[in-house]
Amino acid sequence: MNKTLTERLFGPKAWTALAAFAAVMLIVVPVLNLAVPEGNPLHLSTYWVTLIAKIMCYAIVALAMDLVWGYTGILSLGHGVFFALGGYAMGMYLMRAIGRDGNYQSELPDFMVFLNWKSLPWYWVGTDSFLYCMALVVLVPGVLALIFGYFAFRSRIKGVYFSIITQAMTFATMLLFFRNETGFGGNNGFTDFKRILGFPITAPSTRAALFAITAATLIAALLLARFIVTSKLGRVLAAIRDAESRVMFSGYNPLPYKLFIWVLSAVLCGIAGALFVPQVGIINPGEMSPANSIEIAIWTAVGGRGTLIGPLLGAGLINGVKSWFTVAFPEYWLYFLGLIFILVTLYLPRGVIGLISKERA
Amino acid sequence: MNAAVTEAAKPATHFTGVEGMPERASGLERLSNPRELDTTHGVILYLEEITVSFDGFRAINKLNLTIDRGELRCVIGPNGAGKTTMMDVITGKTRPDSGRAFFGQTIDLTKLNEAQIAHAGIGRKFQKPTVFEYLTVFENLELAMKTDKGIWSSLFFKLSGEARSRIEEKLELIRLKEQAHRPAGLLSHGQKQWLEIGMLLMQEPQLLLLDEPAAGMTDEETERSGELFLSLAGQYTLVVVEHDMDFIKQISRKVTCLHEGSVLAEGTLEQVQNDERVIEVYLGR
Repeated sequence: MNKTLTERLFGPKAWTALAAFAAVMLIVVPVLNLAVPEGNPLHLSTYWVTLIAKIMCYAIVALAMDLVWGYTGILSLGHGVFFALGGYAMGMYLMRAIGRDGNYQSELPDFMVFLNWKSLPWYWVGTDSFLYCMALVVLVPGVLALIFGYFAFRSRIKGVYFSIITQAMTFATMLLFFRNETGFGGNNGFTDFKRILGFPITAPSTRAALFAITAATLIAALLLARFIVTSKLGRVLAAIRDAESRVMFSGYNPLPYKLFIWVLSAVLCGIAGALFVPQVGIINPGEMSPANSIEIAIWTAVGGRGTLIGPLLGAGLINGVKSWFTVAFPEYWLYFLGLIFILVTLYLPRGVIGLISKERA
Repeated sequence: MNAAVTEAAKPATHFTGVEGMPERASGLERLSNPRELDTTHGVILYLEEITVSFDGFRAINKLNLTIDRGELRCVIGPNGAGKTTMMDVITGKTRPDSGRAFFGQTIDLTKLNEAQIAHAGIGRKFQKPTVFEYLTVFENLELAMKTDKGIWSSLFFKLSGEARSRIEEKLELIRLKEQAHRPAGLLSHGQKQWLEIGMLLMQEPQLLLLDEPAAGMTDEETERSGELFLSLAGQYTLVVVEHDMDFIKQISRKVTCLHEGSVLAEGTLEQVQNDERVIEVYLGR
């Protein structure tokens, strides 16, 4: 018991697994998709590439959730909003990149023409720049999380009260984005993207590149999260989770610690959202629905909180099952998800990873 | 008060006010006013006319209390006498409605938050032992150690050899060397109490507030705690809230009895025990 669970999860075996994952995602998948001809049984269809990429985006979100919930004990039921905002920031660039190729052959995005708007609203200025939009991907979720977190943590709002207001935050933002006047395409959101940085967005090579970038981001996020949770800062976070008053009386101000991990988590979600949108081809306010944010918490709980690897497995497992289940029995998915959550809470409090490490011990 | 005199005469070398405050890291802390602890008058803690009410109930009522540097003071009193609330006021958890609370001559406790007060040199042990259960005993002590507690220095923190030996020294003192790498949650109740005391000492405080430190300990553990506290007095100032009269007998030098939020009697244990009013409200006839 000399090492914490996270340290044990990152033994030599895990590093090998991570290297294998990197090799598969960065080399094998793109090769099977691009170089192997379609008739060949080894060919990996674009459907699969997109599905795996989507799940990897969700895995980044689950990892971000684990940092705040698993390690710091802050249960957010509004993480979907940060994901969606990152997605919208990327979407703004993609909408501008359509140029005059839209249905109305206008410089303005189609939905603005539809609303009879004559010029871009001020907050769309500059969004034709990819770099500016990438800055927005980080800054918009980051600043929202900073402001929200500062007031919530300063007022020492904790536990279920905090969860409820995060839920309210994502719901309120969703309602705002549903309005056409908000200027983000109303309930249709953004879609019909044509190109990214000049590359056609549906071309297999573009998709493979986006796929590889997503995999690289996931690995980078995992390594960053590992660095944080194994540092003394990570132990302070765990201490805040277990006995916040002791942390304060030990001379730490929990506020900057909570804000740091909260904002970082939001930014990771924003980046995941930005990777998600060009690959899935649509972003709409549905991503901000409270149910989506709750699902994020379920991925994390199913995988195993406070383990980093667990939530990645959880996101993969649940979304893998979901993509099959919603085709086979679409109307029963939510019941099934609820059932999984109850079973995991009752019988696997440490999630799937707890099951694995119990086997090993 | 021999201990207090010698301690006051010694230059306060290792204490430099609110040193290590994470000024760079957390701009939110900047409002604090780092001042040095000044105990030139031999007094480390002044509480003057402190009043705290909760919904009209006066938990503390014009409480006056001074603690000399190096003292080991026992505070007794019936339930609801305001002992824990008094500790809450001293550590910044509760703000008094009126009155003044000073740490040394210059540090106004009513203006600082919990973390700043901890930095200034006041350590507190809770009634219920509070340790970080998922961290090892060693990590618990490491977290409590006096150092820059801002986020960036925590992120890039490396344990120096000197710090490691300080932790090991404390492990020895609280007799948890064998348990150093076990999660603190697996310790017995008494061991958790000891760990929490060890964590306080890692903070290098000037004043230790101990709320029922012997609760849940075996007789042997209680006695060892008593020895520990006696050895700490002089070097540190200790305020111990206790109910266990045998324990108080073992460690007491000066006893304060609280009742309904103010001081009922103060003096040696004998004087307090023989005080008519104390017998009336607390000890029973």
